[in-house]
Amino acid sequence: MKQEIIMAGFGGQGVMSIGRLLAYAGMKESKEVSWMPSYGPEMRGGTANCTVIVSDEKIPAPVSSHPDTAIVMNLPSQDKFAPKVKKDGHLLVNSSLIEKEVERDDINIIKIPANTIADELGNTRVANMVMLGAYIAAVDIVSLDTVKDSLTNVLPERRHNLIPMNEEALDRGYNLV
Amino acid sequence: MEKIAGYPESLDNQSTHYCPGCTHGIIHRLIAEVIDELEIREETIGIAPVGCAVLCYEYFDVDMHEASHGRAPAVATGVKRVHPDKTVFTYQGDGDLASIGTAEIVHAANRGENITTIFINNAIYGMTGGQMAPTTLEGQKTTTSPYGRNIKDSGNPIKMTEMLAVLDGPAYIARVSVHNPKEIRKAKKAIKKAFRMQLEGKGFALVEVLSTCPTNWGISPTDGLKWLEEMMLPQYPLDVFKDIEEVE
Amino acid sequence: MSEKKLMKGNEVVGEAAIRAGCRYFFGYPITPQNDIPAYMSRRLPEVDGVFLQAESEVAASNMVYGAAGAGARVLTSSSSPGISLKAEGISYIAGAELPAVIVNIMRSGPGLGGIQPSQADYFQATKGMAHGDFRLLVLAPSTVQELADLTYLAFDLADKYRNPVMVLGDGMLGQMMEPVEFKEMRDLDELPKKEWATDGAKGREKNVINSLGLVAENLEKHNLKLKAKYDQMREEEVRYDDYKMDDAELAIVAYGTTARIATSAIDRARKEGYKVGLIRPITLFPYPENRIAEAADQVDEFLAVEMSTGQMVEDVKLAVNGKKPVEFYGRTGGVVPSTDEIYDKIVAMRGDK
Ligand SMILES: Cc1ncc(C[n+]2csc(CCOP(=O)(O)OP(=O)(O)O)c2C)c(N)n1
Ligand code: SF4
Ligand SMILES: [Mg+2]
Repeated sequence: MKQEIIMAGFGGQGVMSIGRLLAYAGMKESKEVSWMPSYGPEMRGGTANCTVIVSDEKIPAPVSSHPDTAIVMNLPSQDKFAPKVKKDGHLLVNSSLIEKEVERDDINIIKIPANTIADELGNTRVANMVMLGAYIAAVDIVSLDTVKDSLTNVLPERRHNLIPMNEEALDRGYNLV
Repeated sequence: MEKIAGYPESLDNQSTHYCPGCTHGIIHRLIAEVIDELEIREETIGIAPVGCAVLCYEYFDVDMHEASHGRAPAVATGVKRVHPDKTVFTYQGDGDLASIGTAEIVHAANRGENITTIFINNAIYGMTGGQMAPTTLEGQKTTTSPYGRNIKDSGNPIKMTEMLAVLDGPAYIARVSVHNPKEIRKAKKAIKKAFRMQLEGKGFALVEVLSTCPTNWGISPTDGLKWLEEMMLPQYPLDVFKDIEEVE
Repeated sequence: MSEKKLMKGNEVVGEAAIRAGCRYFFGYPITPQNDIPAYMSRRLPEVDGVFLQAESEVAASNMVYGAAGAGARVLTSSSSPGISLKAEGISYIAGAELPAVIVNIMRSGPGLGGIQPSQADYFQATKGMAHGDFRLLVLAPSTVQELADLTYLAFDLADKYRNPVMVLGDGMLGQMMEPVEFKEMRDLDELPKKEWATDGAKGREKNVINSLGLVAENLEKHNLKLKAKYDQMREEEVRYDDYKMDDAELAIVAYGTTARIATSAIDRARKEGYKVGLIRPITLFPYPENRIAEAADQVDEFLAVEMSTGQMVEDVKLAVNGKKPVEFYGRTGGVVPSTDEIYDKIVAMRGDK
């Protein structure tokens, strides 16, 4: 099995972190993984994205023109990546921030009110984890437990106190799908 | 023709890429106002640095020439020797001028090259994401001084302006700041003088402007102005270090 | 081997160098390799090493010249415009026959260019680094693991030949994360002894590190000695990788990250019945010219794919020596070729086979 996932959003929405988290979890499950970020002046306020590939086999290209899944956290990301998702692939939409409909009926569109859920949990910043939880429920590529186990590896030490909240956000997303 | 409000003619009316709370934009505006007031917009060639201000060639509405990192004074020299009757200025950051470009600035100043240099000291490499600059303060944490700048290994915060002032070539050397309206007015006066002296053929003039980088200092825009005032001013006192007009 | 870590290519360069016994780093910031100096500034003090941010790349490469002459394993890294400035020091290092490792995480040019991935410094790395009759040994990793392994190896090769070695990657490789396992930490006491180093003429004749040669005949002798080393590299150091070449009718030649994208295109083309394979040079100097020449007897045609307007393709043509047609596909300026584009090029070349 091989999954190519693009995660995109505003800088600060944590798409890079959930990408790393997924890659880390894949590695823990002895899969081949790669994480490729967009880089450059985009850092300042613009949009950011990363491509994660999780596979049973060696990963040739670390970039993807037709991802199996796109996780989009804001409208510019949806506009950019929704058209690229492979037929029968998944599009996970942060419906708290994106109202616009995607005009495709050949892919699975999953809407998740990630910001709303994160706010309920008490911190908007875990909206990314809600999205990742939902993704793992939709596509069985790594287990939820491994993802949770990887939080300590990926989050900086000063944010380890937030691990329970991150786990809850992953659960909430997971249970939605 | 002092403009109080509105947009200086010498500045393109577009929003810049600078971060919130960055004072590069204010300094651009002061330069543009001075060019307008001296009525030299069509007689000026600016040299852009490599640093956050690299895109200033898009913002200043005068002829602009992009230089390689640190070499703006050499590029300016080439332009000025071809057009001695035009106004030529460089706009350079502290990495650009005080690190990689030290040879070029020292020799342009020493030749008394009749150009104007605006030197933006924000104690960091902004564009590349916050590495130590030669102007970084003692103890200041950056991505390449993660334990805080240590004088023993990384040297002292460099005082370029004081250094250049001891050369015989320069006509005018001053340090100003933009952390409050009063200092901004003074900064503009100094910049205007530095341009005027070039017009009068008096020789090399440089104005160092203390500037903020809240993004890479890791603080809020308002704290940025405070940090500049409290941390940078003691290391980099505001003064005129050389002025041949005062001697005359 | 240690446990697997998920790390950024740039940081892997730093860790692999330290494990290879490097304790000195001199550099100057430039995107997209800034994590290398940042990593070294954090990590080297932990192993009693020295990190120094130089005032410029010119200074950094001359600090390397000094440290290498003084007998240390030493690293510098930069990206394209910075490598141009390092050229001076590198020429002196080669002339004085010193071991040093230089990493170039390429971005697009010429001039200030952009910061996105590129392979446009191939000519510079393999042929035209700087003035004079010299060569760098050039290693071109395509994965983060290979980046770790080749960086580690680079220090041994530099010592073996007393010659600068370049690790040539691109912005993609520097920025991406993949799992990596590092080789063991070298025991500094077991590194090769350097009798020629400037460490004080205590009880021996003095040592001089030098590249001056005012007597033409003597300098010629020196240049021929250098050439003999490059010939030995051609004999002993050629490295490449074959992928699905056994029955290939079209051979793609690509290196670094581009080779990975080409591999994806090949996988897709194979599914459609196209007999396509890949020769991936791992050493760019010495170049695997014999392997390509040999393949010219097997395949119908070649395709070189690069992130440039066509540089390595010249070496492919030299090796093929007119036996078979050699085509080129490239994207440049920081644009990365896509699997689709390479696939389309394969189809265009192979028609409806
Ligand atoms: C030869 C070369 N080396 C390094 C760089 C990378 N670089 C771009 S801007 C910069 C430093 C910018 O700092 P500064 O001059 O202080 O300007 P600021 O961004 O702080 O305004 C560096 C090192 C480059 N473009 N060219
Ligand atoms: S990084 Fe710093 S210097 Fe550059 S625009 Fe932002 S605040 Fe200004
Ligand atoms: Mg600066």
